[in-house]
Order: sequence, then structure tokens, then C-alpha cells
Amino acid sequence: MTVCCGSKSCRLARPVPQAESITPANPPPSGTPEAVFRVRNVSKVYRMGDVEVPALRGVDLELYAGELVVLLGASGSGKSTLLNILGGLDVPTSGEVDYLDHVLTRASEVELTRFRREHVGFVFQFYNLIPSLTALENVSLVTEIAEHPMDPGEALALVGLSERLHHFPAQLSGGEQQRVAIARAIAKRPDVLLCDEPTGALDYATGKVVLEALAEVNRELRTTVAVITHNAAIAAMADRVIRMSSGHIAGIERNARRASPSELSW
Amino acid sequence: MKTRNRMLMRDLWHLRGQALAAALVVMCGVASFVAMRSTYDSLRIAQSDYYRDYRFAHVFSQLKRAPDGLATRIGDIPGVAAVRTRVVIGVTLDVPGLAEPASGRLVSVPERRAPMLNDLQVERGRYIAPGRADEVIASKAFADANGLRVGETVGAVINGRWKRLTIVGIGLSPEYIYEVGGGTLFPDNRRFGVLWMGHDALAAAYDMEGAFNDVALSLSAGALEADVIDRLDRLLSRYGGLGAYGREEQISHRFISDEIAQNRITSTWVPAIFLGVAAFLLHIVLSRLVALQRTEIGLLKAFGYGSAAVGVHYLRLAAIIVLGGVAAGSVLGLWLGDALTAVYQDYYRFPRLDHVLTPAVIIAGIGISLVAAAAGALSAVRRAVRLPPAVAMRPEPPPSFHAGAIEHAGVARLLPASGRMIARSIVRRRWKAAMSALAIACAAGILVVGGYFLDAVGYLMRVQFELIQREDVMIVFTEPASAGVRHELGALPGVLSAEVFRSVPARLRAGHREKRVEITGIEPGAQLRRLIDADEQPVALPPDGLLLSRKLAQVLEVGPGQLLQIEVLEGARPVRQVPVAGLVDEMVGLGAYMQVDALNRMMREGGSVSGAWLAIDDAEAARLYQTLKQLPVVAAVAFREAMLRSFREILDRSLVTTTLINIAFASVIAFGVVYNGARIALSERGNELASLRVLGFTRREVAVLLLGEQALVTLAAIPLGFLLGVAICWLLSRQLDTEFYRIPLVFSSQTFGIALAAVLAAAAVSGLLVARRINRFDLVAVLKTRE
Repeated sequence: MTVCCGSKSCRLARPVPQAESITPANPPPSGTPEAVFRVRNVSKVYRMGDVEVPALRGVDLELYAGELVVLLGASGSGKSTLLNILGGLDVPTSGEVDYLDHVLTRASEVELTRFRREHVGFVFQFYNLIPSLTALENVSLVTEIAEHPMDPGEALALVGLSERLHHFPAQLSGGEQQRVAIARAIAKRPDVLLCDEPTGALDYATGKVVLEALAEVNRELRTTVAVITHNAAIAAMADRVIRMSSGHIAGIERNARRASPSELSW
Repeated sequence: MKTRNRMLMRDLWHLRGQALAAALVVMCGVASFVAMRSTYDSLRIAQSDYYRDYRFAHVFSQLKRAPDGLATRIGDIPGVAAVRTRVVIGVTLDVPGLAEPASGRLVSVPERRAPMLNDLQVERGRYIAPGRADEVIASKAFADANGLRVGETVGAVINGRWKRLTIVGIGLSPEYIYEVGGGTLFPDNRRFGVLWMGHDALAAAYDMEGAFNDVALSLSAGALEADVIDRLDRLLSRYGGLGAYGREEQISHRFISDEIAQNRITSTWVPAIFLGVAAFLLHIVLSRLVALQRTEIGLLKAFGYGSAAVGVHYLRLAAIIVLGGVAAGSVLGLWLGDALTAVYQDYYRFPRLDHVLTPAVIIAGIGISLVAAAAGALSAVRRAVRLPPAVAMRPEPPPSFHAGAIEHAGVARLLPASGRMIARSIVRRRWKAAMSALAIACAAGILVVGGYFLDAVGYLMRVQFELIQREDVMIVFTEPASAGVRHELGALPGVLSAEVFRSVPARLRAGHREKRVEITGIEPGAQLRRLIDADEQPVALPPDGLLLSRKLAQVLEVGPGQLLQIEVLEGARPVRQVPVAGLVDEMVGLGAYMQVDALNRMMREGGSVSGAWLAIDDAEAARLYQTLKQLPVVAAVAFREAMLRSFREILDRSLVTTTLINIAFASVIAFGVVYNGARIALSERGNELASLRVLGFTRREVAVLLLGEQALVTLAAIPLGFLLGVAICWLLSRQLDTEFYRIPLVFSSQTFGIALAAVLAAAAVSGLLVARRINRFDLVAVLKTRE
């Protein structure tokens, strides 16, 4: 991470003036260290031909180190757009997004690639594994370009796949594939793990196994985890639940107790 | 129907890059076919029309001197249709504007114009006036090269007297379509030319009244050439006959016929390579399209469109791509054919060499292209036709990989994960990869073959004109002279050294095999003419016996130590048994050598010589040339440097064109194959690669994963292409191993360098074009798409 942040020419390294920071909408409980993401007045408008479609309308939000948040909302509520902006895949039309002391909204394409590479782990709804690589190799592909990765075998062990290291995606079940994807995402020790409908393509039982893996990663590695879902039942496993609707944050709730994924049912 | 047309157009638009690449390859195939085939037709038609209209003879013989009356007896030989006897004399010419003396061949023609064998076409000016001893018709090649016009004069030493000859006409003869002088196979039209002169004047000047020293005859249908040659030889032997020969040994005919035959071969296999590659490209493009359009195919079938309609849709797509290539290729081929025909006009003098493009060639071009298209499209179309609608509407299952050859070979452990991706992808579709490699190898091979011709001719020129022929000037006397002439020549201004040689025509026999050759007697220790072996090392002449060029030994099927029968065709015409003392390696002609003294002994003559080789001082060259122009006894003079220069000029003109065409065409193949391969890879693995971009892979890293396969295939193909090229050159060199010349299998590093650079450049350009598309990946969409 010093590779990026140490350089004077790197725009991501510019510190955000403290005066501009705004009060978090929902302050962390005492003891929670710091805000990892700061989202201020972010709007996103997609232009489809002559029509302007607003996806986000003035969103303010902070995500804190080590927490597990669930973004809940119906299709079209703007939760994916928000996740994409947090992950450096998309830029807002207006407003500012900071990651620690990086200003994502002013970063170039190259800087955003570097940001994703060094700080973010992604888990996709359809796993997006490389079919020509084994489970272990899919993880290695990412650890080979990471600065301080964990051992790929260790990452797979963390998601309970020690026995399936040398299987190709076509030889794995959907849940196993998604767990390989999680192992691939965490193996580089990212600071934040962004999961877009990680159980969307899975059956009930398998979905729960995958959620267990995510909770385990959050607990063991203290990685900040954001999970997008339209499945309200999943919300119970989060520290905080962010409800979205029509491009707004409709409400943020803090769970008094995080449920274990095994307790969930839907 | 209308909607399906629109669908066709949209598919085509969607595939425009790949369709264009495939069409370009078709274009090259059709262009090369049209250009080469039409040039072949043009040459063949020009040759046969010319031979027919101007009565090109079938059998030729030179002799010492025979009375005109013998012509009737020659005409009586069964199978002979017509006879033409003439006087042919070699002279030295003084051409305005040319420092060196030129060699002229004076050929007698009837005083009054009449149809004859090897007839003359007077292109400019007029026929000679009867009784005029100072009028000549100059050959077009000679006149053009020297800028001589009708009405201008050239000086000539005719039977020892200096005369001024007026050019009254510029003419052409089927005997001299390829016009080369005595003793060489390389054209130097400035310093060698044919002059046609009235028979009476020429005969009078050389005491040949009522006699002839050259005969040409035509055969009636069904006549056996070998029988006629045999009878003619027997008839002429009393008159100093030098041995009759057919068209096969007539230099001009042989060169053109070889060229035409070569054109026929290249006009078959070069287009075949291109159309094969085009079929392969169409195959991969359509297969991918059918895979992408599974759902659409299912939908169409569900709506009630029949399998035939679906099949026709894809066949039409292939046909449009191919016909586009055919149209462009025909136009390009017409233009290239014009250019190629123009190149031939440099070498060959026809009254008309029009570039003829027959509809048959175009139709054949369209036909074979469509066959190639159908062959390429077939399996993809069959797959589309066979898809049951219900299956078709479900997306194709993801590719399944298993531990394979790479794991078993233990290679996998040595590679990073990205390397394994590339390796597995190649192994999984090894046939496609192999076909791609083969196609790219063809491109490299075409370039190697193109470069080989340059290398081989360069090598041949170097060996022939630097190692073997080391003289500056070669002089051939009209009659054998005494050996003392060596000192006279040595005393001429500017002559540094002079070495004499004896040259006698002879028939060599070994068993039933025989060959008519010149035996050259060389001074022992000669410096200006060397004989070399296969390692380019000088070979010393033995005091007795004959050294044969390797090719001549092959033709006669003899080796060192074996006896040969020599029948000399000059003077007392002795017949002797002489052992083969050794072999020498030459690339031009069929040489036989002896020590000059041994040859003189065999001829039972004193120190007779036929000519000399001179080394000269460049500073004094002008004075020497002036003297040589006046020497009465000189029949021909040849200048090594000038001949080399002239040949190189012609070669450069034609080679620049052909080399550029080669590079362009080969690049199109390499470009087309790599571009299509990369586009297919992008289409198949776009989602997977975009995911990696999301995971933080840079564009460059993703480009490596995308293009790595193409890069590996290209790199593997290049050495394969070199091998392929060398193999084709080997075949060509065997095919071109004729009695006239041999083309050795030699290559310069430049040839491989150009092939490597052109293929890599074409591959790099196509790779970059595809890699640009990585920038356009929709990273957001990837999170939500399932493929």
C-alpha cells in the first residue's frame, strides 16, 4: 500500500482537509476505530439516450474498519451503484468519496485500478472464476500480483475448501465456486471486501455456507465487509444495515447482536 | 425474408473487423490467383501466337560451311516440313555512346521479304533494301537498351574491315525473345545484340556465297524430333556440323518455357495457401458466431424457421465475406497482373505481350473461393442446423477444463497461474492453435521463399563472377588463333594479364547417354578462370583427363575414373576415349574442362586458342576498348562487370515489386490469423478478463492474458514457417536444377530477419487493435452477467 501512497505525484495520496469532513450520519459505537469510506453528498445520473436516470441522489455514508454492513434494497434502489463507486469501478456525477486519505472521486483510471488491486476484494454474484484454472490457481492468480498476500492454500482453508484445491471450476458446486471466489478476494488481505449478491445464484443451504465464510473472514481478518442483497433475512448477520430505496439511504440500523449465519432463515 | 436480410446485415456489421480480416485473406488469394494465372495465360498465349505467326523452327544446327544445295537434301529428311539456311556471324560492334565494344550477331535474311522460319517482325522502320550491304535491322532489345533509332548507325568489324551499318528497321524474332549472347545466360542487352542483314551482302563479306553455316527447320505433324536430329547430324557431319538440337535446348525457348511452367505451379499453390487460410478463418469466425447466437437460432427455430433457412443464413454470411474478397481480389489481381506482365517485358521481347484476363480466370477465382468458403463454413453451419430449439435457447455450458497434458508433463508447476491459463487454453483447443500456427507459418514461409530467390541469385552471381569467372574481359576469336596471341593481347594498352583458352564443341558419350557441350582448355595455374569444388576451394587441372561439372556427370551418369567417349565436332573431328579425372561445382551451364595442352594434343593441333581472358587496368580501360573495337579477329567480347550490373538492374526492378507484394500478402495472413484469434479469445473470455480488471489487474496484465496465446502461437509458428519455407525452397531448388543453371539452397540472415520482422509486426498490429478493446470493458456489467 505504500507503493501507492508514498508517491508525491500520486493523486490518491492527497490528504483530505479535515475541515471538510462531515459528521457521520450514524456514529460508530465507542471503540470502533475509524471511518474507512466517507461518502459525501454523492449523486449518480446515468444518461440513457435523451433520458437521465438518477441512480443515487445525495447519499451521505461512512463505513468503519472491521464492520460488516449489509446494503438492503429492491432492484433499482441504487445499492449496486453505491457499491461500484465504493469499489472504484464507477465515479459519481457529483459529491466526493474518500477511502482513508485517498480521494476516489478525483482518481484517474490507472489510480483506481491500483486502488482495487491494493485495497479491495470483490465477490461477484456469478463467481466469475477463470475456468481454465484450478481453485488454488484462481487464488494464486491474484496473490501473484499482491504485495503481502496470504498463502493461497491458507485462503482456501479459511473458506473450508482445503480438500478441493486442485479442482477446476467445472468440477465444483456453485457454493464451492463462490467460496473459491471469496478465498480469491481475501487472499491478498484487502482492507475491504465488497460482495454483490453473493448468494444470489445459490440455493438456501449453500448460500448459508457462503455467508458463514464471509462472517468468518470478517471475524478472523477484521476485514471491512459490505454485502449487497435484496434478501432481508441476511441483514441480521450485519453490524449495521443500510436500507436503500430510489437512490436514497432510507435508514441505517445497528443490530444489537450480530446473528450467526446458521441462525438465519429465509 | 426482409427481416432476415436485416439480421444478416447486422451480423455482418457486428463481425466487421473479423469479416474484413477474412475478406482480406480471400482478396490476397484471389489477387495472387488472378495475377499469376492471367500472367501465365498471357505468356503462354503470347508465346504460342508468336511461334505460330512467325514460324518458330523446331530443330536447329550450326555448322562450318555447307553448299546451299544441301538444303534440298535436308528438306527430304522424313518429317521435315520447312528448311531455312542462313549465314550467322559474330562481330564486334562500336555503338554510339557505349565505351566498351559490343558483340553483335549478324543473321542473314533474304534480300526480298518472304515468309520464312524464325520470321522477322519489323516493328519500326523498314525491311532492308535488296543489294544494300550497309543496311541492317537491329533487334528491339539491343536498340532499346542503347537508345538506337531508325536511321542511326553502328560501326562493325566485318571480316577484318571496319564498316558503318545503318539501322533501317527495329525488329523481333521468335528466336530471340530472351536475347542473350554467346557464352552467357544473363542478358546484357546493351552489349549484345542481333542484327539482321541481307543474305548476299553477308555471304559476300565472309566468302559464304552459295553456302550456309546455320540451319533451322520445322517438323511436320507427327514427326519424331530425335529421328530428324539424328539424320540431320549425319548429313551435316561432313560439313562441320556442331550437332543439332531441338527447342528444348534453344536458350530463348527454354527460358520462357521454364518461366511459364513455374508460373503455372506458383499460380496453383500460392492461392491455395491463401484460400486455405481464409477457409480456416471463416471456420473460426462462424463457429464463434453460431455459439454466440445459440439463443437466436433457438428462437428462429421455435418460430418455425426450418433448419435449411438457418443454414442458409450462415452460408450467405460466409458467401458475402468471400465475394467481397473476390471482388477486391479480382481488381487487385488485374492490377498486379499488369505489373507482372510489365516486368516480363523487361526480360522477354514479344511483338505483343498483352496482359490477358479471361473470364474463365475470374470465374475459376470465384469458384474456388466459394468452395473454400463452403469448406470453412460447413462445420459451423452444420452445428447451427443440428441445434434443437429447446437446447439452443439455453446458454452454452461453460467450458470445462480438466487436468491434462500440461499437468502430466509437470509443466504446470513451473508456470505462474497466468501462464497456466494460456497453456491450458492452447492445449484445450490444440487443433485450432495448430491450424493458427500453420497459417502463420505459411506467412513466414512465403517470405522465406521470396527472400530465397534473392539469396540464391546473389550467391550464384558471387560464385560465378567472383570465384569462377575472375576476368574483366573475355574475348572470343572468329577463328582459332595461335597461342602467341597471348603476348600480343598482353601488350595491348591497359591489359594487366592475359590468359588464353581453347574451346571446342564436342559430343560426350557414356554408354547410351550423350551430351553436346563445349570442352574448354584452360592453362595450368590459370588465375582468371578457376574451377572450384563444393567447398568453393580451387581445383587443379590434371595434366590428362577431363574435369566435369557435377551436373554434367549426373546427366551422363559417370564418375571420376570412368571413361568417356569424346567426339569433337570441329576440325578433324577426332573421336577419343578420355577418363573423367574429377568433378567441379558450377551453378551455370554444363562445363567440361581439360588442360589447354591436352586439348590441343587431342585435337592434333599446335598451340591453337579460341579466345582469351583479360585482367585490365580501369584507368586505361577507355583506350583498350577503343583498340578492341578495331580488332579484326574478335567475334565476341564480354565484360564481367557490365554484365553483372545489367543483370542486377533488371533483377532489382522485378524484385522490388515482388518482394513488396510478398511482404504485403504474408502480412495480411499473419494479421488476419492473429486478429481473428484474438477477437475470438476476447469474445469467449471477455467476461473472465473483465473480472480480472475488477480485481485490480491492469490493462497491460489483462492484455498479456488475452494475447499471450496468440503471441505463443505466433512465436511457435515462426520457426515452423522457417522450416516450411526452407522445405519449399529445397523443392524449388530441385525443380530449378536444370542443365542451364542450378540454384543452391542458401539463405541470408536478412531473409529470415525480414520474415521475422514482417510476421511479428503484423501480429503486433492486430494484437494492439484487439487490446484497445480492453479499455472498453464494462466493468460494472461484469458483476451482473452470467456466461
